[in-house]
Amino acid sequence: MNPVNYLYLAALLFTIGATGVLIRRNAIVVFMCIELMLNACNLAFVVFSRMHGNLDGQIIAFFTMVVAAAEVVVGLAIIVSLFRSRHSASVDDASLMKL
Amino acid sequence: MTANLAAYSTSTGEAVQFWVLGTVAVIGALCTVFMRKAVHSALCLAGTMIVLAVFYLANGAYFLGIVQVVVYTGAIMMLFLFVVMLVGVTAADSLKETIKGQRWLALLCGLGFGILLFAGIGNASVQDFDGLAKANANGNVEGLAALIFTKYVFAFEITGALLITATIGAMVLTHRERTERARTQRELSEQRVREGKHVPPLPAPGVYARHNAVDIAGLLPDGTPSELTVSKTLRDRGQIRDVSADALKDLKALEQRAEERLERTKPEEASK
Repeated sequence: MNPVNYLYLAALLFTIGATGVLIRRNAIVVFMCIELMLNACNLAFVVFSRMHGNLDGQIIAFFTMVVAAAEVVVGLAIIVSLFRSRHSASVDDASLMKL
Repeated sequence: MTANLAAYSTSTGEAVQFWVLGTVAVIGALCTVFMRKAVHSALCLAGTMIVLAVFYLANGAYFLGIVQVVVYTGAIMMLFLFVVMLVGVTAADSLKETIKGQRWLALLCGLGFGILLFAGIGNASVQDFDGLAKANANGNVEGLAALIFTKYVFAFEITGALLITATIGAMVLTHRERTERARTQRELSEQRVREGKHVPPLPAPGVYARHNAVDIAGLLPDGTPSELTVSKTLRDRGQIRDVSADALKDLKALEQRAEERLERTKPEEASK
């Protein structure tokens, strides 16, 4: 097996995540799909790191993880505060910035 | 020859692992997108992430593999589950489409995007693999540390600023200042009387015959279950058990048995 198959897997996971973001209306599930896309990117970075024989790709993947953690914290806080004011986690309901 | 071959392909064990776990990862990702309940989506995503951690380990990223398990499946997915428990109880996805045909268009877009990505990878010349043997010679963690604290030290410091900002942001977003005094029990009861609805306490659940579990609605005099008797959380989750039909069925069976015992025949059979 050529390790390029990992890249195909990463592309497939990214596509599934992107489709999920378009299809789902529950804000939490949309967020999970975004996490899936980030993970797919990380896999691609790790495989690229192996391809090129240096660790720079892994460093980028590491930074992606840190950014993803920060993003999840802020995003979930936004979802919780939105839910408090609207009593719904559907992205369709949140069409206006104001309440 | 062997070293040359190693640059182009992986061991059979890794190939088997890739095809087995890759299938699991794709199934987990699909379940994340297509499961109705947010909790199921979160669990499927956690499975996919664990599989990805194994792939990182297989690709020589030992540090990232462990970080993936600890940070992603350990911390981030727990945070997701926490918020799902807090918020997602009522958040069942409605299947009504707000934009007509949006779902099919989204699937089409996804398909097109996937084809684009696959074609891009297929056209790239990625036959030659260097492998991480040399880069990992002094240990994976040591190699990463040497890079982070020299070449990427500025990005690393920015990351610290980002984490602090995210922490403060989360605190600001979720913290709610109590601007007014909490109302006392007396004031609440006075308000109830003034509004004139539900002046006495709410009716208790499951007061009917044999059942006294909290998820069973109490029955009104006409035999229909009363939604008011069950906790709002259970109502929103749809976890109310309706025993009104059960009771009638039991009664019917009992009557039939009694009739059989008394050797009476049913009126419609007697009239035939």
